[in-house]
Amino acid sequence: MFLINCPYCGERDQSEFSAGGEAHIVRPKQPTELSDDQWAEFLFMRKNIKGVQFERWNHAHGCRKWFNMIRDTSNDKIHAVYKMGEKPPTK
Amino acid sequence: MSKNLRILNNKFIDQTSRISFKFDGKTLYGFKGDTLASALLANNIHLVGRSFKYHRPRGIMTCGSEEPNAIVQVGKDHSMTEPNARATEIELYEGLEASSQNCWPSVNFDIGAINNFFSPLIPAAFYYKTFMWPASFWEKYEYFIRKSAGLGKSPTEPDKDIYDHRYLHCDVLVVGGGISGIIAAKMAAQNNFNTILIDDKNNLGGTTIFQQNECFKINNSFSNEWLKKEIESLNSIKNLTIKTRTTLAAYHNYNYLLARENLTDHLNLNEKKDKIRQRLWKIRAKKVIISTGAIERPLIFNNNDRPGIMLSSSIKKYIDYFGVKCGQKISLFTNNDSTYETAISLSNSGVNVNSVIDIRDKSNSSIVKNAEKLGIKIHWKHTVINTNGYKKINSIEIMKLSDDGNGVIGKKFKEECDCLGISGGWTPRVHLFTQSGGKLKFRDEDNVFLPDKSELNQVSIGSCNGDFELNEIIKNSVSSINKFLKVNNNSYENLEIISSKEVDKKNIWLLPSDKPLGKTKPFLDFQNDSTAKDVKLALAEGFKSIEHVKRYTTTGMGTDQGKLSNMHALGIIAEIAGVKMGELGTTTFRPPYTPLTFGTIVGRNVGEFFDITRKTPIHDWHVDNKAEFENVGQWKRAWYYPKKNENMHDAVQRESKAARDSAGILDASTLGKIDIQGSDASEFLNRVYTNAWSKLEIGKCRYGLMLNEDGMVYDDGVTTRLGENHYLMTTTTGGAANVLSKLEDYLQTEWPELDVYLTSVTDQYATVSICGPNSKKILSKVIPDLNLSDEEFPHMSYKNGLINNIKCRVMRISFTGEHSYEINIQSSYGKSVWEKCFEAGKEFNITPYGTETMHLLRAEKGFIIAGQDTDGTMTPVDLQMNWIISKKKYDFIGKRSLYRSDTIREDRKQLVGLLTDNPNEVLEEGAQIVAETNKKPVEMLGHVTSSYYSPNLKKSIALAVVKNGKNLKGQKMFVPMKNKIINVTITDTVFLDKENKRLNAKL
Repeated sequence: MFLINCPYCGERDQSEFSAGGEAHIVRPKQPTELSDDQWAEFLFMRKNIKGVQFERWNHAHGCRKWFNMIRDTSNDKIHAVYKMGEKPPTK
Repeated sequence: MSKNLRILNNKFIDQTSRISFKFDGKTLYGFKGDTLASALLANNIHLVGRSFKYHRPRGIMTCGSEEPNAIVQVGKDHSMTEPNARATEIELYEGLEASSQNCWPSVNFDIGAINNFFSPLIPAAFYYKTFMWPASFWEKYEYFIRKSAGLGKSPTEPDKDIYDHRYLHCDVLVVGGGISGIIAAKMAAQNNFNTILIDDKNNLGGTTIFQQNECFKINNSFSNEWLKKEIESLNSIKNLTIKTRTTLAAYHNYNYLLARENLTDHLNLNEKKDKIRQRLWKIRAKKVIISTGAIERPLIFNNNDRPGIMLSSSIKKYIDYFGVKCGQKISLFTNNDSTYETAISLSNSGVNVNSVIDIRDKSNSSIVKNAEKLGIKIHWKHTVINTNGYKKINSIEIMKLSDDGNGVIGKKFKEECDCLGISGGWTPRVHLFTQSGGKLKFRDEDNVFLPDKSELNQVSIGSCNGDFELNEIIKNSVSSINKFLKVNNNSYENLEIISSKEVDKKNIWLLPSDKPLGKTKPFLDFQNDSTAKDVKLALAEGFKSIEHVKRYTTTGMGTDQGKLSNMHALGIIAEIAGVKMGELGTTTFRPPYTPLTFGTIVGRNVGEFFDITRKTPIHDWHVDNKAEFENVGQWKRAWYYPKKNENMHDAVQRESKAARDSAGILDASTLGKIDIQGSDASEFLNRVYTNAWSKLEIGKCRYGLMLNEDGMVYDDGVTTRLGENHYLMTTTTGGAANVLSKLEDYLQTEWPELDVYLTSVTDQYATVSICGPNSKKILSKVIPDLNLSDEEFPHMSYKNGLINNIKCRVMRISFTGEHSYEINIQSSYGKSVWEKCFEAGKEFNITPYGTETMHLLRAEKGFIIAGQDTDGTMTPVDLQMNWIISKKKYDFIGKRSLYRSDTIREDRKQLVGLLTDNPNEVLEEGAQIVAETNKKPVEMLGHVTSSYYSPNLKKSIALAVVKNGKNLKGQKMFVPMKNKIINVTITDTVFLDKENKRLNAKL
């Protein structure tokens, strides 16, 4: 079980959080102008990396805020957490 | 009790307090401080069980958690018995009752032992190979295999004991209270780290605490005396918590650890009563120091499993700690120096040591010299090639080893003995380290896997880190701890340590015999009865991965997880495969380290605490009125209200009829309610629902469908506009939490520019729903001030009202097709409002109805239930609800998906109505629908989603999803059941009152 440093509440047990899949996939502003393939790319295609991955997490049993997290899926090491709308740390 | 097996004046056993216990029905005696194993040994009982496969007699082998053989059934009778308890870990208490496992009729005469004579016929994977064919016979085989399989018996009654869970946070957790763990805990606590030291035994000190040997001295004291003072000094240290009888079960990532504390297992039956039995500690440690020690290895030779064959270090603990002689004429068999400690201890206690058989050519260490001085005979470069004695060892056969160690030479000779101590060296307990994700390295010199790299804030010290010699243990532990804790403690710097040093090493994984391997039984896994032969066979049959060999031969898959001899299996595999052990690696060590009871895992979460139960404010009324309940998510919902002699069908028929004929009342409080406010609330609803919301007038209600981004129906409900920027959304009962979380997701991540606030108010309001032709009259009695005229208060609108001066919201909405109202009021008034409505409705025979009737009534009208008639693969078009999809809106969640090539297919499954040709035949929900019955394989066109007998229509009705269903109206179909085929016709989904006359009737 991880310890996650919620950007709003601080360090909390993983059981308070729920994972929301890959981060930085922006919902298209004009879906109607997309082809089936383009829409499917947004809708279905997700990376499943062994290694460093950008993820969305929600402090579901806490402040209910969504935020982003950089996690290494091979050892669950969390490299960074940052608020929605913020740019990921470059390091 | 055989008095001559106890030595007097032992420090750890209270020989003044005698304890009586029963083993296999026989009353025996031991002392306070004994384990079941030590008490049995003191009673000269070695034979405690039968092996799993061959039912060979097996005895106590060890003195700790690694015990493979002495697993017993604890408890008086079948109701509360506990299987697979290790006799070596059970502390003796007055009234303890235990018995042998895996034998019938008794451990001394076991019918299953016939397997031993057939053992050449039962090789590895015998069951897989033999019972495969013919496949249809499996059910017959299974009965007999199940009967003979398994270890121990499960209790027949629910566990009456109390278990507990607690959290624990600390700076430093020290696992293992041996010499290095004690040093670590002291150093950490003295440096102001909040420290916890845990140990699975009832006393701290590990094996050093009974080490009283001239070869191991610290500052001129025996090592045990020095350590005793260290332990005493812990009492005065602040910041230190010591937990004994606490086993670390699991070590997870981020230094999250689970430990099981035994609170009352060692107490007698009266003392145990009403107390918590075991507690699971959930520990978060900033730093972890692992000092779990090492496990002695057995030696692998022919017939190495007889009762009386024990680990040499365990014999030492039994004599030095428990004061129990494991035999009167003990032989020792070794490849290392540590056995000589046992020899000296035995000799000092007056036990006759026949000889030490050592496979090495020599050893010049001080401990060996001391043993020789005591006159102990040593057979250098010899090996035991066989043992004799069925229920207890009575002699061993010995031969000289050849120079290459692969064979034996010379003449064999016999040595009489009643106990054989064996030692194949030491295996560091790296289990916890690897559980936590640490990687191991291999040290060739003494064939051990050692902790190497870890991502976590942890360190391994002492013999679990490969330091076996007293001097190294102390020096290296201290320097590791100093480095790890970033402190500079020099209090151990000037210790004067005398320690015997082992230089001569030799290891043979599988010792040779005078017979070929096929004719011998060198056991590797004592609990699962797998031999070196089985491992060889697996390799010969082409298994290469150790994980596969493990599963094929079941080596290391017992309740002991192969703690004793996994290393030998790896060694033998490496030899045969011609690879280095370091390259071969180990099998995975998985938690728990030792078995946990289910009670400990579950803790307090049993019975009514198993899951949260949500009850509506009106719940007590339903109970008082004999409602049956159904679980909807965590909610308890009234299902139906049977009157005397009524079954469910009768009750539902009566309720359904009453609701349409006069009046019905439903507790709808469980529906999810989300309060939506903010200047962009209307725009937000536009984006999340398929239909348009901007033009909804204040005071009006609208039904909405919510989709997933993939276009599939997700949830539905009625939303009311309470004000310019204020809405109340209702969701399905089960979907409430998910809908809120989904809406929050969009608000926070996709549309942060919207000024919208969401608040769950499900628990804040009670909802009383009154329906039927008399609902208006009833409501007018409850809220006389409210103008209920159709002009003032039409369908799909809402009004504020007052009941006894308490504000409430009344919505005129309908899920039944009847004229109906929903009163929303502060939860605490829910029950009194319900009672008021019920009282007012009495003259109209108002009938309380439950969820079953609600489902029936809505099905008559063809209203869907999200989650019953939809399953995540239905679009609104599939539901034939095209009317709810706004054409004007540029975008909403899921819109683009509604015209993907897949979602516009004509032959998707669509929602239809079904009528059975026989109006009394009610279909089963989930039943399959086919177009023809002769062809095989027959194509499944769809299935029934909802089905009822309608008392209002006096016929059976059903909703179903059918491929291309919208174009098949009037078509005959078949529903094949186990014994019959039911003929059905596809119809419209609305069965009753298509014109909504009832809803719009002037009342």
